[in-house]
Amino acid sequence: MKVAVLRFPGTNCEFDTQYAFEKLGHETVLVWHEETTLPEDIDLVVVPGGFSYGDYLRSGSIARFAPVMKAVKAYADNGGKVLGICNGFQILTEAGMLPGALKRNHHLHFISKHQTICVVSNDNAFLNQCDKGEVLNIPIAHADGNYYIDEENLAKMEANGQILLRYSDAVGNRLVVNGSVTSIAGVCNETKNVFGLMPHPERAMEAILGSQDGMKMLQGFEA
Amino acid sequence: MKVIVNVFLKEGVLDPQGKAAHHALHSLGFEGVSEVRIGKQIILHIDTSNKAEAEAQVKEMAETLLANTVIEDYTIEIAS
Repeated sequence: MKVAVLRFPGTNCEFDTQYAFEKLGHETVLVWHEETTLPEDIDLVVVPGGFSYGDYLRSGSIARFAPVMKAVKAYADNGGKVLGICNGFQILTEAGMLPGALKRNHHLHFISKHQTICVVSNDNAFLNQCDKGEVLNIPIAHADGNYYIDEENLAKMEANGQILLRYSDAVGNRLVVNGSVTSIAGVCNETKNVFGLMPHPERAMEAILGSQDGMKMLQGFEA
Repeated sequence: MKVIVNVFLKEGVLDPQGKAAHHALHSLGFEGVSEVRIGKQIILHIDTSNKAEAEAQVKEMAETLLANTVIEDYTIEIAS
């Protein structure tokens, strides 16, 4: 598999993301935000975490207008798979490629810790290696992770299997972590080829660093 | 022409910063506050003296970039 990893001014998780996919045996290529095309023959685009443009105005609001995002939109419209992690999730919601929006955490604190999350839907190209109801241990690190979606669209997303992950306790009960609507931690678009989540699977690749649960998440794209 | 855009979270969308400030005001003894909403003010200087044109331009800017209309409302005020 060949993975394109985007890089904006302020991105800081691009090397971790490369490391994670290379550890799984895949080729990666960094793509600068000023590029107007994506490399050919790629199988996945990852919009990694960080603080693109210093989170000015709103997290992800400036990065969504970077030249490369036009190519990413066209790639996704053509059925290509796109994964946004943390700031990448914020950029994809700002771009309208994922439903909803990410607000400031309800307690206003930046959270940085390991967090248990529960797999809600696995019939997609991302979480197919995880079981429904499975609890994963994945680091989170964000100030703007408070997912908002109105009730009508939430119901539609639930029915279509677009809610991917929820913050939970160790046995899978919903947990309020940042104020997200129904504790949502990750979602996908209607056609299930664009994915976004606040937790960082690329930081859960080594047992010695506390968790390897990120491996089976990212391995989903191999299937 | 100076144009002021005010951006606020929509009614019904919880404003965590407003809530925290409200709580702090209450702690300081300011009892008569029933709600606090915190937003941002964006001041633009536009190269036109035509009010309608400025308003139309700024509306497009607000819809495209300055506000996220999934969660935010905005107002446009022509200041001078």
